[in-house]
Amino acid sequence: MSRQTSMEPPVNTVGQDTVSVQAVRRQRLEGPVSGWNRMRRRLGTLGLVCVGVLAVVVLTTIFAPLIAPYDPYAGSVVDRHLPPSPEHWFGTDQSGRDIFSRIIWGARTSLIGPTVVVLVAAAAAVTLALTAVWFGGRVDAFIGRILDILFAFPNMLLAILAVAIFGPSLLTASIALAIGFTPYSARVIRSVALRERNLPYVASAQLQGISGFLITVRHILPNVRTQIFTGMTINFGYAMIDLAALSFLGLGVQPPTPDWGLMVSNGQASLLQGYWEQSVFAGLAIVITVAALGYVGEQLGGRRAAGRTR
Amino acid sequence: MSADLILEAVGLRRTFHLGRRSSVTALDDVSCGVRRGTCLAVVGESGSGKSTLARVIVGLESADAGEVRIDGAEVRPTTSRSRLRARAKLVQMVFQDPQGSLNRSLPVAATIDEMLRVHRPDLDRAERRARVLELFAEVGLTERHADARPTALSGGQKQRVAIARALAAEPEIIVLDEAVSALDVSVQAQVLDLLDRLREEKGLTYLFITHDLSVVRAVADDVIVMRRGRIVERGTVDEILDRPAHPYTRLLLECAPRPGWVPRRGVIEELAQQI
Amino acid sequence: MLNVEGLTLAVTDPDTGQETEILRGNSFSLGQGEALGLVGESGSGKSMTLKCILGIEPPGSKVGGSIELGGTDLLAASGEQLRKVRANELALIAQNPHGALNPVLHVERFLIEGMADARGIPKAEAKARAAGLLRQVGITDTERVLRSYPHQLSGGLLQRVVIAGAISGEPRLLLADEPTTALDVTTQAEVVAILDEKRREHGLSMIFVSHDLDLAAAICDRLAVMKDGAILEIGTPEEIRDRPKTDYTRALMAARPLLHPEGRAPVLPNGTETDV
Repeated sequence: MSRQTSMEPPVNTVGQDTVSVQAVRRQRLEGPVSGWNRMRRRLGTLGLVCVGVLAVVVLTTIFAPLIAPYDPYAGSVVDRHLPPSPEHWFGTDQSGRDIFSRIIWGARTSLIGPTVVVLVAAAAAVTLALTAVWFGGRVDAFIGRILDILFAFPNMLLAILAVAIFGPSLLTASIALAIGFTPYSARVIRSVALRERNLPYVASAQLQGISGFLITVRHILPNVRTQIFTGMTINFGYAMIDLAALSFLGLGVQPPTPDWGLMVSNGQASLLQGYWEQSVFAGLAIVITVAALGYVGEQLGGRRAAGRTR
Repeated sequence: MSADLILEAVGLRRTFHLGRRSSVTALDDVSCGVRRGTCLAVVGESGSGKSTLARVIVGLESADAGEVRIDGAEVRPTTSRSRLRARAKLVQMVFQDPQGSLNRSLPVAATIDEMLRVHRPDLDRAERRARVLELFAEVGLTERHADARPTALSGGQKQRVAIARALAAEPEIIVLDEAVSALDVSVQAQVLDLLDRLREEKGLTYLFITHDLSVVRAVADDVIVMRRGRIVERGTVDEILDRPAHPYTRLLLECAPRPGWVPRRGVIEELAQQI
Repeated sequence: MLNVEGLTLAVTDPDTGQETEILRGNSFSLGQGEALGLVGESGSGKSMTLKCILGIEPPGSKVGGSIELGGTDLLAASGEQLRKVRANELALIAQNPHGALNPVLHVERFLIEGMADARGIPKAEAKARAAGLLRQVGITDTERVLRSYPHQLSGGLLQRVVIAGAISGEPRLLLADEPTTALDVTTQAEVVAILDEKRREHGLSMIFVSHDLDLAAAICDRLAVMKDGAILEIGTPEEIRDRPKTDYTRALMAARPLLHPEGRAPVLPNGTETDV
């Protein structure tokens, strides 16, 4: 109604605008610092290393046939459990297949799964959250209830249930996990979108008779994209681990398809016999990728969120 | 009410229910009128209902009872887009928070362009661009500002953009909800000057919502003083500021910092008791 | 008592690596029992000056010069010394009283903690003094207020509680950062009157940061006008008002909208005229 009830009292701008803000403003009007430089500063050295790691992983998925020295499916029992050597960098597995080649090929399935999870979950979460925020009231309450129900099921349980019904496959597991991830993302997006919804620029657009859909897509969505992207990078890591676990349990990717989670699982038996190569190298691939992704997401999302408070 | 009233509110009531038992009456039988080409200041503290009045008039909030008339015709609360659009052609609003008033993901010119697409469908892309720059010139901004994002502009510049956005619809009335309250005094003075000039040039009518009595003299012709959802006093600027009748108005005047002012608890408490 | 010499503050933008000077070598001093108003517009550095004195400047910034409080150089002080100074000699009244109190604790706990934990007054004694403190700042229904949570009280009432907490420690220096800016005018007048009264009663020094020249003039002995990180001039409110030394001060005063530009004063009840 007046100053005290508004979201941020006007006085914040009166008292706390600092000189540095004005300097930055001046600079922005005169021509921005290049986006790449800003990004580099945000990431820091470690962040740049992580980006490099991720780039290598992505390139690997694309050029797997060119990089992999051996056919990931072919192997001879004669060559089983060879230790790392110049011919087989990471050694061979119980079927005599080259582990290095299988990890390279496995990057594909290991990345496709989480990508599906993250995209499906983000699409569902954004739709639900923005619908709830725009209509508010009963619609908001109803969507909130649905999310509460989904929250009640642990992700893995949901995925196991889905696999039990539709049969084990990467797609089933991914979609089931996506449903499990949706409420978490939707909650976060709803809260930031709600803040946006209550800002006067939205009210102004509404007054002009612009449709709710257009206002949501044109105005609210672009202003919550940072949170959406941050959520996606973080979810990607979780999804990768969860899918690896499902494959490990035999509910996701089916052998003999090369997949990091599956390789950890397959290597388990040999691990007891002293053949550590398969599980350890596949496990390392998962850990390094997830850590790099998490760090980059944290740096970009966290810093940007902090920079936005005035 | 007499014929030259361009905007009238008659018997507006609005109660907000906060919980099962508690409710706040933001508007309690509020009637007022604004003469064409003048500025009516609505003065009050938080909880006075002044912002609710503004929101009801522009159509962001609906009233429980009473009606709003523009040019003598009743405007009904509506969610119909064509009716909203028709109302927006008559009344525009400028908000308090310069930061929140503009979409920070868009260059400010795009915000104005969106308005033109709605209200001036006859213009093509190039004509809209020309009109945007024209509007920017009117509020004292240049092309350089037009292509900037809100974060690159100062509070005063953002508020100028918000005024340009209101002007884009070529309205008759602009509701200014604490539009200069968040600005530094020097910027505030410039924006008040701008508002004054625009009113004269375009024959605009203002409804100026404020908690700050000292800006009232600079902009308004008439004043209403609100407290707890009711109008406690109304009159011309000189009447209200120089010869206040209601003890609450006197209290507000006594409490407003001014040169040589000393806050005195005794005087404040005495006035408060008379209300 | 407080002596600030050549205070500078530089902040580095984490994204661009560019360094910006926020305070440009400001000097001022404050006598025992004196109130100094720091006035200026956004970005003038008035709040940052307070933050430097409190030692809560933004991370990654560099402070230069010296801040001497009762013989201790705060910029050279160890963490332990600084903690002691903050507990015993300084009290902050911030803009938003809701931020000053822990939202899940009663007002009573806030007052007791201030006395007992930071200054070692026995709990029982602190408890007994809490109600008296509230009466000092003009709160009559002390029982209700003591047992309320911060969100149940209005901003004005809460700011009085904060003032009560501030004077409870008998600090030497009150630091008030736009303490009434978030309040309604009538509440502001009351809170400012109480702040002024208590400060004088207890003989405390105060730095009062405000964007409102007239407000600061009403309760301060001297005003320092700041712009872009520099103090332009320091003088009594009368000097600043009647004989401003810089064009900026003159412009700032001219920009202020006036209730009674021609010196007309409203007629108040009981025939009292407001001083104009």
